[in-house]
Amino acid sequence: MERRTVFGGWLLPMLLVLPQLLLTGFFFYWPAGQAVWSSLTIQDAFGEGVVFVGLDNFTELLSDPLYRDSVVRTIVFCLTVSALAMGLALALAVFADKEIRGKGAYRTLLIWPYAIAPAMSAVLFLFILDPRVGLIGRRLNQFGIDWDYHLNGGQAMLMVVLASAWKQVSYNFIFFLAGLQSIPRAVTEAARMDGAKTWHRFRTITFPLLAPTTFFLLVVNVVYAAFDTFGTINALTHGGPGKDTETLVLKVFRDGVINQDIGSSSAQSVILMLGVIAITAVQFRFMGKKVTE
Amino acid sequence: MTRDRDWFAHAMLALGVVLFALPVWLVLAGSTQSSDAITRGDLSLIPDLTNFSAYPRVLSQGSMGAQPVWHMLLISLGMALCIAFGKIAISILSAYAIVFFRFPFRKIAFWSIFVTLMLPVEVRIIPTYSVMATFGLINTFTGLWVPLIASATATLLFRQVFVAIPDELVEAARMDGAGPLRFLKDIVIPVSGANIAALFVILFVYGWNQYLWPLLVATDPSLDTIVIGLVKMIGVETQTDWSAVMATAVLALLPPVAVVLLMQRWFVAGLTEGEK
Repeated sequence: MERRTVFGGWLLPMLLVLPQLLLTGFFFYWPAGQAVWSSLTIQDAFGEGVVFVGLDNFTELLSDPLYRDSVVRTIVFCLTVSALAMGLALALAVFADKEIRGKGAYRTLLIWPYAIAPAMSAVLFLFILDPRVGLIGRRLNQFGIDWDYHLNGGQAMLMVVLASAWKQVSYNFIFFLAGLQSIPRAVTEAARMDGAKTWHRFRTITFPLLAPTTFFLLVVNVVYAAFDTFGTINALTHGGPGKDTETLVLKVFRDGVINQDIGSSSAQSVILMLGVIAITAVQFRFMGKKVTE
Repeated sequence: MTRDRDWFAHAMLALGVVLFALPVWLVLAGSTQSSDAITRGDLSLIPDLTNFSAYPRVLSQGSMGAQPVWHMLLISLGMALCIAFGKIAISILSAYAIVFFRFPFRKIAFWSIFVTLMLPVEVRIIPTYSVMATFGLINTFTGLWVPLIASATATLLFRQVFVAIPDELVEAARMDGAGPLRFLKDIVIPVSGANIAALFVILFVYGWNQYLWPLLVATDPSLDTIVIGLVKMIGVETQTDWSAVMATAVLALLPPVAVVLLMQRWFVAGLTEGEK
């Protein structure tokens, strides 16, 4: 959509758009360009300069079983977190959409967790599931269940999945509720008149009508699980025990910031960027061009 | 709708409410209990209403080598406010230019902003760090917030809002002799009030909750945000002062939760209409 009436002049608009362009240039394009360049180089043996090595960093990464493990782990983690966070949110939204007493209060009480930081959800879960001080974790051990996510990789993964999904439910709830409210009552009423059972009505009418919301949320949740959960995982397990909860972002951080392997870390950054660009492209293909019209 | 169905919905929603409230209640209750008892594994859901001494203690002194909590809260507040207002300001200006003017490179400007839509700071960790070092922004307060205010989301949101402003309004303003800056100040910003409020909530929470970025660019403890400080506190494996950690967690939660609750109406409307 284009506006018919506009103001004249070109100096003022260029000045207005300049701050954002400068920031975008300095903090998006320059680093992105640098990442691409660094990913094609390695530090020389004396650490004094860089040597151009082409795609060596990439071939090395992709043939590294540790990296491939991390890719698979990240994908499984993202899909599990998204499924949990979206499933629970959808169930709650369906109930909160009903005409029942106190629905406003329920909504408020389900929306506030939006404010919780990913790292904060880690701290909250620690007090519930820590094997020594946690309210539930300690009792698990008293009941003879060997629970310690510091030592057991599977339990560590369960822990970061739960903490990450828990934090994201309220965001999904807000969107599912808005999606449900935009479905005309007449449609669901008509189905009810036809005698369709609740579950059948949900499966054949409500859920398909929610498809755009669901798809949008899936993309947002996968991106959230891939990147924003850095705080959750780093605070709870640091990626351990071993590398059992090390997702790709944690690996970039460990290789680049802690181990100072700039070439490999930059190659990993470039792969992540390509992943995000691919997800965005898919989203726009399916969501239509609403945003840019 | 039958009564027993209502009953079921109430039960499910109440369960959901408890699922989110319980962890926070636990931390609140724990902040009033003695650290020794918590270390022994006696963390209880029942608060000791006579003992809130952990709060003044952490606020004024901090705990286990961490900065005093008031200082970390101040850093977080400054960071969240600068990010929120900074992002809103540069996004309004650029969206205004793109919608209400025709100028050379307008399409290129729009697309170069738009392309960065989904690229989170996490994928550019290392190279952004070296750019920061070039500008001398490592371990500065400016470094904590300036790089985070460049984002396409807010610009796109304002663009959608501005495109919907009727042409007649612009014509009327021009007939009255209002220039572009006057029109921006007197018409465009006031009619976008609800969107600005919604964006403020989203960006305040975003800024307050940052973790990786401050971890990376501010190693100086005097720039620790409350979230960074809290994670540092739980990292101490032995002799953790648990009631201090819990009191800090409660204090870290209050500001963003208050902003979301107080501005809930605008926030929910703005969030869902902006993204779709």
